[in-house]
Amino acid sequence: MQPYYSLYYTFPFYLFGVIAIASALAFVTRKSPVTAALWLVNTMFSLSVLFVLLDAQFIGVMQVLVYAGAIMVVFLFVIMLLNLGHPSEIADQRGRWPTLVAAAIGILMIAEIMVIARGKVASRFQVPPDFAAEQMQQYGAIGTVARPLFNEYLLAFELTSVLLLVAIAGAVVLGRRKDTRAG
Amino acid sequence: MLAESLALSAVLFVIGVVGVLIRRNAIIIFMCVELMLNAVNLTFVAFSRVYGATGQVFVVFVMTVAAAEAAVGLAIIIAIFRHRQTVNLQNINLMKG
Repeated sequence: MQPYYSLYYTFPFYLFGVIAIASALAFVTRKSPVTAALWLVNTMFSLSVLFVLLDAQFIGVMQVLVYAGAIMVVFLFVIMLLNLGHPSEIADQRGRWPTLVAAAIGILMIAEIMVIARGKVASRFQVPPDFAAEQMQQYGAIGTVARPLFNEYLLAFELTSVLLLVAIAGAVVLGRRKDTRAG
Repeated sequence: MLAESLALSAVLFVIGVVGVLIRRNAIIIFMCVELMLNAVNLTFVAFSRVYGATGQVFVVFVMTVAAAEAAVGLAIIIAIFRHRQTVNLQNINLMKG
């Protein structure tokens, strides 16, 4: 049975979905890296609205803080550091043939994903229809994420700290100038 | 809303793939990868609404890996820029020998 959604729910959902797709299209077609980055930030904000609409409030906040706030600022910072803001310097779109091939691959992938999405879910993976809603009722929006994160996935959670440490060390080593290595 | 979310995430993912294929600016290609990761996050969240919150735990991990990847990748781009004075992938052919 298809659950019923009111217009107050579906309208923002479709609105921000369309904004996300339009910003993503603007993002891949802009010549200037700064403009492209700002369109990508717009996509990420719309996606965070969608996350909130899909009952993932914690992920929505993380999306704004981590993606739009931290990762995109790092990107913009690198664009500024390398002084790449001038679009004329990098007219970087490929020629006609690679673009056509890319469009063909894109259409093929969309068709493939749509076909896969239409497939039936095997019965042993089926859950009761209000399974997630009940979890949400019982533990709250953050508790539903935190409980599995610190129980079943505790080892993975601890290992991500090692990953981040390695990434920081790698970034420092790669970013260091060669002539300062001796000193 | 599951079907709509999956369709939206498929479209965003494919826009990211096409962006990687048609652009030559290394930083923009990097941002396209971030867009693909975001599209996958949307899939996880959409499924987590039906199958329970484990999907959201995976989104947290994906975000962590994306942050680490952005840090290392941008450091590599800065190193390449110091070496070649460009981030245009057409001019970066160190592996060609």
